[in-house]
Amino acid sequence: MAGAAIELRAVTKRFATPNGGIYTALHDLTMEVAPGEFCAVVGPTGCGKSTTLALISGLERPSAGEVAVMGKPVNGIPDGIGYVFQTDAVFPWKSVLENVAAGPRYRGTPGGEARAQAREWISRVGLAGFEDRYPYQLSGGMRKRVGLAQSLINGPRILLMDEPFSALDVQTRTLMENELLTLWSSTSASVVFVTHDLEEAIALADRVFLLTAGPGTVKGTFEVDLPRPRNVAEIRFQPRFAQIYEAIWNQLRDEVLVSYERQKHASAV
Amino acid sequence: MSTEGGAPPFSSADVRRQDAAPGPLPNPPPQAGEGYVAGSIDADLIARRSRTVRRRRLVIYALRVLFAVFWLGSWELSTRLNWVDPFFVGQPSGVITRLWTWITEGTALGPLWFQAAVTMEEAVLGFLVGSGLGIVFGILLGRIELLAEVLSPFIKAANAIPRVVLGSLFAIMFGLSVWGKASTAVVLVFFVVFFNAFQGVREVDRNLVANARILGADNRRLTTEIIIPSAMSWILASLHISFGLAIVGAVVGELFGATAGLGQLIYNAGHTFDVNGVFAGMFVLAVLALIAEGLISALENRLIKWRPSRVSGEVPI
Repeated sequence: MAGAAIELRAVTKRFATPNGGIYTALHDLTMEVAPGEFCAVVGPTGCGKSTTLALISGLERPSAGEVAVMGKPVNGIPDGIGYVFQTDAVFPWKSVLENVAAGPRYRGTPGGEARAQAREWISRVGLAGFEDRYPYQLSGGMRKRVGLAQSLINGPRILLMDEPFSALDVQTRTLMENELLTLWSSTSASVVFVTHDLEEAIALADRVFLLTAGPGTVKGTFEVDLPRPRNVAEIRFQPRFAQIYEAIWNQLRDEVLVSYERQKHASAV
Repeated sequence: MSTEGGAPPFSSADVRRQDAAPGPLPNPPPQAGEGYVAGSIDADLIARRSRTVRRRRLVIYALRVLFAVFWLGSWELSTRLNWVDPFFVGQPSGVITRLWTWITEGTALGPLWFQAAVTMEEAVLGFLVGSGLGIVFGILLGRIELLAEVLSPFIKAANAIPRVVLGSLFAIMFGLSVWGKASTAVVLVFFVVFFNAFQGVREVDRNLVANARILGADNRRLTTEIIIPSAMSWILASLHISFGLAIVGAVVGELFGATAGLGQLIYNAGHTFDVNGVFAGMFVLAVLALIAEGLISALENRLIKWRPSRVSGEVPI
């Protein structure tokens, strides 16, 4: 496909393990994401979902195969990338304002202007009034909002999200998912959203990539033809949602079983 | 010693860390936005709670005074009744008398404040130079893997030497000048701060580094905005121990050759079998060390205001 936002071609990623062995996280993985597309990546535990994001972001390099972002091979961190991490990655020694202003400042915007932009984004993610707080003074959901604003302020054309809401309680999570969709619809960014939660994947995405149990490769892709704008809390009740869920689950189940068996063996050894 | 397989050149056994790491705390403070407005029942509970806290604090102070009275009293009594010879173990009243003469009439070496000032000058100089070098080298070696691997056997060897013996060397090199003693303090302080700064740099959360890189931080920004603030809590923890070590260095340095200073004063008292004088000198040193410790704690609280303050005197209602 010409003009893909993200292309991974026959990518393999191996890691050296501490005891001298080699662990293959991804094997011969090929996927493409179109500009402005919201993709979800699901798969059982340890199938290399996060590694996929690390490769796209340039934090890791592939052992074989090619990764390209906006048509350019990835060599270092590409321009226009945003990354929301699974665990808290906001800087604990910076206030909310300084955390959100970090991106523009690192990219050369003068301090005053960076802070003005940051104030705007802080109110856009619903944290107005909390500019001077430190992360330890915020709840988990609020820290996630800071992380979102921190990424979105840079106007990313590609937003990578690594199970960003997995640590939140169910209500906060639904709230954040809806807000993410609202924020995303006002940008033209492509999103790659990694999750182990199939419901979350279907509720958010245009397309779902299903990875096999490690070493991960694409087992199937599924179009999610549910209308937008969506309400994440209610879309689950639509019959179409259930159909898509069933179709993906039928394939995901086998992979989950494989992964589960392996873990049982690993812990038995 | 091998540093293959990506093992860090210094083991955690090299690190003396007494403070809690920043990060998840066992008792998270009440989170903003999740608190609730206190009603009249709460007001009553809060009042009761603060009464409990106050009462507990009073009890603790009372027990402390009681302990000191018992300790000093039994010492004084046993020497007065001649169960033990005050010539060998000293006597609290004698220590107080000695301190008073030192304050009012001066010591054998000159006024007391001057001895204290001399020792403090040596200790503060040694502390500043030693911790400064320790921080710079710790961060450099923590950031530059090659440097750490090349230098680690030398640093480990240097750390294994009982460093106080270097005092005699410094006395030869620097004579009676302040640097003879300050240098002893420097070598004692350096290693503690160095290992903490090094470990602090190594322990930086990889997620934070990745995040900063994605946000566009270059290497310089990464060091100043992520690595150093993150290592700061380790470094500050080491400074608490370091000032005590700087005083040890200064006092030991004075034993190897000095004309003034609290160490020299204690040394003189020991030579003239003046046990009360030794205790009086120790007391002055302890007071100075406590003041310095207070100053370092104040500095720590100023520099790390992003960390939740430790809740003291937490009492269930």
